[in-house]
Amino acid sequence: MDIKEKKTRIVKNIKVDTKKCVGCRACEIACSAFHATPKYSSVNTARSRIMVIMDEVRDIFVPIRAGDYAQAECNGRNRYVIDGKEYDNCTFCPASCPSRDAFKDPDSGLPLKCDMCESVPPLEKPMCVDACTFGALTYEEKEEPVRAEEEKPEDMEIVFEALVKKHGKKKVLDTFTRLSKA
Amino acid sequence: MRYAETGFQLEVDLSKGSIDKVETDPRDTALYLGGNGMDAKLLYERVPPETDPWSPDNLLIFGNGLLNGTCVPGANRMSVNTIAPVNGFFGHSLMGGFFGAEMKMAGYDRIVIQGESPDLVYLAIHNDKVEIRDATHLRGKGMYDTQRLIQEELNDKRALVAAIGPAGEHRVIMASIDCGNSSAARTPGPVMGAKRLKAIAIRGTKDVNLAHPAEAWEMCSRLRKELDANPNIGDWMATDEDDSFHHNNFSWGNARVRRKNFWNPSLEERWRNLKYDHMSRWTGCWNCPKACHNLIQWPNRRRFSYKCYGKDTYHMASFQELDFTFEILPIAQDLGLDSYSTPQVIAFALELLEAGILTEKDFPGMPSEVRGRFYYLIDKIAHREGIGDVLADGVSGAAARIGKGAEKFDHNTVKKFEQLPIKLGKLNPAYFLMIATGEDMAITQIEGSFPQDPITDPEMKEEFIRKWVAVPDKKFHEWFRKWEKRDQLPDEAMVEICDWNECMHYLDDSLGLCGFVSSFRGQFGGTTGYHVWNMPKVITHVTGIEFDKDRLWKCFQRNRNLIRALNNRRGLRRPMERPPEDHWAVRNEEYEQQLLTKYYDFKGWTFDGIPTKETLEKLSLGYVAEDLIKRGVLTGNEVTALNDPRAKKGKK
Repeated sequence: MDIKEKKTRIVKNIKVDTKKCVGCRACEIACSAFHATPKYSSVNTARSRIMVIMDEVRDIFVPIRAGDYAQAECNGRNRYVIDGKEYDNCTFCPASCPSRDAFKDPDSGLPLKCDMCESVPPLEKPMCVDACTFGALTYEEKEEPVRAEEEKPEDMEIVFEALVKKHGKKKVLDTFTRLSKA
Repeated sequence: MRYAETGFQLEVDLSKGSIDKVETDPRDTALYLGGNGMDAKLLYERVPPETDPWSPDNLLIFGNGLLNGTCVPGANRMSVNTIAPVNGFFGHSLMGGFFGAEMKMAGYDRIVIQGESPDLVYLAIHNDKVEIRDATHLRGKGMYDTQRLIQEELNDKRALVAAIGPAGEHRVIMASIDCGNSSAARTPGPVMGAKRLKAIAIRGTKDVNLAHPAEAWEMCSRLRKELDANPNIGDWMATDEDDSFHHNNFSWGNARVRRKNFWNPSLEERWRNLKYDHMSRWTGCWNCPKACHNLIQWPNRRRFSYKCYGKDTYHMASFQELDFTFEILPIAQDLGLDSYSTPQVIAFALELLEAGILTEKDFPGMPSEVRGRFYYLIDKIAHREGIGDVLADGVSGAAARIGKGAEKFDHNTVKKFEQLPIKLGKLNPAYFLMIATGEDMAITQIEGSFPQDPITDPEMKEEFIRKWVAVPDKKFHEWFRKWEKRDQLPDEAMVEICDWNECMHYLDDSLGLCGFVSSFRGQFGGTTGYHVWNMPKVITHVTGIEFDKDRLWKCFQRNRNLIRALNNRRGLRRPMERPPEDHWAVRNEEYEQQLLTKYYDFKGWTFDGIPTKETLEKLSLGYVAEDLIKRGVLTGNEVTALNDPRAKKGKK
């Protein structure tokens, strides 16, 4: 096998068309039901890993998915004006962070993160997308090349590299040869 | 564990300042479901007929439908019930949107408000943390500002705030309770004002449990897709810009003038542009695949949304065009005025002025042109200033206060309730029954399952029948098959059509389903989303309580008879059950009375329109029968209407 073969991976994505969102929150309901234990045993939008940021008077309807946990609030928050409507940074931010109570389990306070509804057998598309009858959420799979820095060395390689760095190539090779003969 | 419901209600006494979380009896759920059924039971047990609706002892109940807050698509209705000041009867009102679902997630099936606060307060609920907070700084604030300020105060943008505006604070009969794009109109607003409760803010983060998880989810998921694909449900007015139906057939002004040829293609094109040039998007309610609200940004107004016939009421009452409705609605909504009855009250007042019963002196400083007059009057009414104080009592109340013949201009009310402005030619017997006897007081809350008109083409008719699975019994197919002229069906069919139409609304209102995917939408196209055949399975999977069609039907009958008895106890009798005298030009008093008797008889009611002891006992309402006998409303020996000697006398 040629190890230099270009590697690719499948990236799962949910495309959001904010113009199509009507704010029915079916995505939140589906998400919370899917992640309930047992599966589908309850509805609780506070447990959802997707949330519609909604402000009718400003015509803002943005479904956002829970991303990584952030320990601290960001130090500067941008404001965006898009098509004449002003959005704050949090409207697009997926973080579970101290500035808001979104994306935290209401009982434990632990951060929630979207897992694209990974399950066995796999779903055709994440639950929120399936529940969105308005086409505001679309599931996409993209094949993209794995970036070089992401081609991580194996654990053993890391150990050997460290030994070589410390003792030099020859000493490591000699030791390996002696040990393998023993 | 309780499923679909939480098993708790929140009891707040604003006189004492007490807050209690009370566990409810699961057996009541199986009998009354939730929503208006459970609310009616509480009102029956706790508000005796002597209690004045304005008194602190009246209850104001925000009662979740049983399925609201679950995964059932289109289940987002909360009933807001009270004893209505307008007529002293059971006040029927519904709110869609998100408030009810949030209440469920906060851990409550309903919020029961009693007493009267010494000054303006609001209720802040976050799960088990419930506070009565000062709201004096919100006095006079509009609906939008109130919601925004409370969210800021609680530092919670996701809190749902149901509030009254100045109109509610001033106990205006037409005041509504609003939460975002949703509104509980026509009765509870003034009671909230009387209790000095400016708003309820609610936030919940608890689970709403489902009894049979996999089955419930599979079924609801499938239903959501079916509702989405079904063209016969939802609000057509959200997308169909041909609104000739209302404009050509309904009456303009104070339900006076029918403009049969008003609509035309160029007007439609102009209005279409008026709408879409200013529309931001459609918006929806909790977990519903239909988006019925139209979000409009009109110059110099805050963005607002309307739905359905709310698009027409202001410009039809004032003989204006759509731009006037778009211009005045956000202001009227902010004042907390219901857009269904308020324009009628204003048109009534302007008619009285024209007739000389009211004079210019009653309207100091009122502009001369009609738009200005409407702005002037909504403001006077909302603040009960000058003539506004009189008009704030609604058409019937104002007519009684004004006197001098004003009563004659109150020509479009039933049981003091403003009706849709419809004036037609020939009596329609099924509609006679619905308008006369409906406890929900407005025809749109009663009609909806049986089509309004027959289909003449035999092939289309058979095609319609083939798809029409919603009928509770095949006999409806047969009646429809033989039906040729609107007013010609056997009396027994008229009676049962009325009964079935009512049934669907009562079920929706106790389950929390929206009429637009259920009770109101069977009449157009016949393929409504929910009916008595698929509802039981949904309820069983979500609640874990076994239901079938017969058991569900009995719940309807129980709730219907309970509300009827509650109103009987407060004085409702046969003579009040009359559609407006000019609703149809051609009337037949003798026939109408015979029909009414047949309907009462079918319902198991007396000649006076009261459920008999036997009828109540059969529905596990023995306690109601006992109470009616104790109060002298029944003797206990009554027979049903057709067996009454007065019925036989009428026949001769």
